[in-house]
Amino acid sequence: MPEGAVSRMVALAAAALAATAASAATTITVATFPDLDRAAKAALPRWHAAHPDIDVKIVSLQYLDHHTAMTTALATGSGLPDVMAIDFRYIGKFAGSGGFDDLNQPPYNAGALRSQFVPYTFVQATNAAGQLAALPADIGPGTLLYRTDLIAKAGLTEADLTRSWDSFIAAGVKLKAATGACLVAESTEILDILLRSDLKDGQGLYFDRSGKVLVDSPRFVHAFEVGRAAQKAGISADATLWTNEWVADLRSNKIAGQMMGAWLAGHLKNWLAPDTAGKWRSAPLPAGAYASYGGSFYAIPRRAAHKVEGFEFARFMTADVQSQVNSLRTLDTFPALLAAQQDPIIDEPMPFLGGQKARELWRELASKVPLIPVDKYDAMATDVIRAEFQNVVKRGKDIHLALADAKDLIEHRARR
Amino acid sequence: MHDSRNTLTSDSAIAPLPPAPSQAQAARARWRKRARKLAPYAFISPFFILFAVFGLFPLLFSIWLSLHQWDAPAGLAAMHWVGLENYWYALTDPWFSKSLLTTLWFAVASGVPQHLVALPLAFLIHTTLKRSRNFVVGAYFVPYITSSVAVALIFTTLFSKDFGVINAILPGPPIDWLGDAFWARITVAIVVFWRYLGWNVVLYLSALQVIPGDLYEAATLDGASRWQQFRHVALPLLRPMMFFAITLTLIGNLQLFEEPFILIPPDSGLAIDVMTTAMFMYRMAFSDGDFGTASAVSWLLFFLIAALTYGNARLFGKEGTGDVAR
Repeated sequence: MPEGAVSRMVALAAAALAATAASAATTITVATFPDLDRAAKAALPRWHAAHPDIDVKIVSLQYLDHHTAMTTALATGSGLPDVMAIDFRYIGKFAGSGGFDDLNQPPYNAGALRSQFVPYTFVQATNAAGQLAALPADIGPGTLLYRTDLIAKAGLTEADLTRSWDSFIAAGVKLKAATGACLVAESTEILDILLRSDLKDGQGLYFDRSGKVLVDSPRFVHAFEVGRAAQKAGISADATLWTNEWVADLRSNKIAGQMMGAWLAGHLKNWLAPDTAGKWRSAPLPAGAYASYGGSFYAIPRRAAHKVEGFEFARFMTADVQSQVNSLRTLDTFPALLAAQQDPIIDEPMPFLGGQKARELWRELASKVPLIPVDKYDAMATDVIRAEFQNVVKRGKDIHLALADAKDLIEHRARR
Repeated sequence: MHDSRNTLTSDSAIAPLPPAPSQAQAARARWRKRARKLAPYAFISPFFILFAVFGLFPLLFSIWLSLHQWDAPAGLAAMHWVGLENYWYALTDPWFSKSLLTTLWFAVASGVPQHLVALPLAFLIHTTLKRSRNFVVGAYFVPYITSSVAVALIFTTLFSKDFGVINAILPGPPIDWLGDAFWARITVAIVVFWRYLGWNVVLYLSALQVIPGDLYEAATLDGASRWQQFRHVALPLLRPMMFFAITLTLIGNLQLFEEPFILIPPDSGLAIDVMTTAMFMYRMAFSDGDFGTASAVSWLLFFLIAALTYGNARLFGKEGTGDVAR
């Protein structure tokens, strides 16, 4: 090889090296959890095509570990990612902490994106100080998934399930007598939905705007009463969600109804009960209730190293139609971006739901969910209310007494 | 520094110092002398450094933290001083007193049977088994070193209401082992008992092995039965070990966390019924985000454990504790 060629090659190699060095100039870290991490991984090829100069490192921990690790990282300021995925259950607590950049402010100006998303998601991601802590990636419009084969066997129709709560419970009794199956996994589900029913936009679940505890209101009394009636009627399988017991009941036709975010259909299909394919249908929640179950968000920690690039990634995952549609395809999650909800995939029949075009229903349900602000003490209040509900249904505690105790305890805990 | 050379001379018997040491040599000798003095500290320092970072600092920080209100995700700057308020706040929380009662219930329900079974079992193994002893002891000890995730998986399957082996064997209507407040406590107590029985057997067995055989021989000559030997020879001599083992059980059970945490899903309404004080502390910190109160709870728990351990020591009297110290 002539000397000139060698030196040219060396020069080329050096140039190439320099180019790689330049292209890898920025590496942003995205902290996330399963299954959401799969959406981010699936988006990487398109991201790299659009941003060859920004590398993405995805760090994924188990759901609970991720949120604990993020709490610690925020507390100490070390080990913070550039983009943090946050599940709905934690959004109130995290958004309320002030550990994140307000995305309404420059350079983000994410307020301009508001109209592109399902409205309630921005309310959930906004804290009491009006700061927007995160962008919504996916949502969980509440739906009643039911086993059409078992319902038909009991001589029931979907309308019997959704007309009113009385008719729901009556249908449950009939179903149990005819098939031995239960219409709900645990009566807490009914409680959770009723607490969210009849809420006006801007009204909080447990606290009002001034922080006053609302748990002794008629809404809570009614929810407790219906929940107790369902428990007494014996339509609950008494299986705690996400336990082996619950999964086994779903697989062995012992649970014929499950009220949950629409994303549960994907879980049922992929691992919970794949053998029941084609037998499930999706319906609106009973008695005209609209609720949101879960959802995921991306936030930029205040002390992150690459905020602008991080935000660009968060926006790519949330506000980009193609990314949102891809997430739907990968995970069966429902997009928070309105434009993605207009994609033809929404109108596709879903084989697992017997060919039902359920996503059209979910889009409609999502548009009706009230704008409920979240409070940083919501998770704590949920714990307290659930414990008191157990006292009512399992130990026969008086409802008014239970709610008065719950109120005392929530006020005690939320002293600050 | 003056007499350092003298010491050095006396120390280094191998190579006597040259009559007129150069300045450089003197300096080197001084350095070597100092290095020799420091060496032991350097060798022992890894423990102290690790202890300071992972033991002492968290300990002191948790005292400091317990006197503050701290919204953790807002960062260290968000700490603000509240004095003893967190302690008062924890003490007045109904879930705290409830968790204390639950903890004490577990301590008794799983702790007492552990020792009542481990003592005779260890004696039985000691006196009857010869060749198979190590295997049997090993089998009893395995639960102690099994990962808690595996334990949770196995036991939730065994105790499953509709699909579990336990209910399949038991006659009568299925018991909701993990879904009913009363039975959930029993289940947790059973698992704790199962896990730590082997540990106590090993402790008692090691104590039995140092009891001289002549004592049993003498007892046999006097016509003592196997039970009498256990009751009147082994048991009194096991007293110091009993004090030690019960102290460990007391501390361990009062800090009980893993077993109820992995057996009962924290989301179920039942979680409150099996919530030990350690779980309450965890919930305060990682669910409610109140690290200050969580630290206060941990110190309250420490005081309780210290008090009960002291009570235990008094119960066993000077004899028991003294023997352990020796």
